[in-house]
Amino acid sequence: MKNYKYRSLEWKSGVSLRKPLSKSRIAIVSTAALHTPDQEPFDGSVSGGDTSFRVIREDTQLETLRETHPSESFDHGGLEADPNLAMPTERFRELKAQGKIGDSAPRHLSFMGIILNPEKLINETAAQAAEILAEDKVDGVLLVPV
Amino acid sequence: MGLISSVLENHEIPTVSITLLKEVTEKVRPPRSLFVPYPLGYPLGEPHNPELQNRIIMRALSMLATEVDEYLVEDFEA
Repeated sequence: MKNYKYRSLEWKSGVSLRKPLSKSRIAIVSTAALHTPDQEPFDGSVSGGDTSFRVIREDTQLETLRETHPSESFDHGGLEADPNLAMPTERFRELKAQGKIGDSAPRHLSFMGIILNPEKLINETAAQAAEILAEDKVDGVLLVPV
Repeated sequence: MGLISSVLENHEIPTVSITLLKEVTEKVRPPRSLFVPYPLGYPLGEPHNPELQNRIIMRALSMLATEVDEYLVEDFEA
C-alpha cells in the first residue's frame, strides 16, 4: 500500500438523493471480487488490475457466491462466513420490509479492488456500470470495499 | 472504489462509501464516506450480526441526502 499512488478525485458537485430513503431504490457496488459460480472469476494477474465487474442479481443466494480477491492484506474469513459483509442483499431485503429503504436494485455490482491503471476503469467499465444503474432507475449507491 | 464513486456521481447517481482506512479516504476524497472502526475484510462489522450491519448501512445511506462540494467523512459510532 505504501507505494500505491493515490490520486484525488474530481466529480460533479451538487448531486444528492432527491427523495426520501424510504422511497429510494438503492444498489450495492462492492469491490470484494464476489461472483456467482457460473461467472468467470476475477483475474488477479491482469496487468494494472482486473477492471471488469459482475452483475449480482438481487435474488442471488448469497451462500453460492465465490470470492476471488487476490489481496492478502485482509482476512477473507469474514466474507466466507457471511457475504453480507460486502454484498448485503439480505440486509437490504430486511430494510425494504421495514420500510427504511424503498427498494433494493434488481442488479448489484461486484468489482475487484486494486486498480493500478485507472483509465480503463473510468472510461469503460465504471461507465458501463453507471449505465446499468441508470437503466434500473437506481436513486443511490452504497459502495462497500473490503 | 473512489474512482467508481466519481464516475457514478458524474452520471448524477449519488454514492456513499464505507471506509476502513480513513487516511486513504482523506487522500482520495470521494464524495461521501462513513468510516467504520473494523479490520480490513469486515466493512459491515461482524458476520451474522444483522442488527449491526443494518445500523451501519442506514447510517451510511443517511449521508446520501447531503450535497457535497468538498468531501464528507463521518465516523460510525459503534
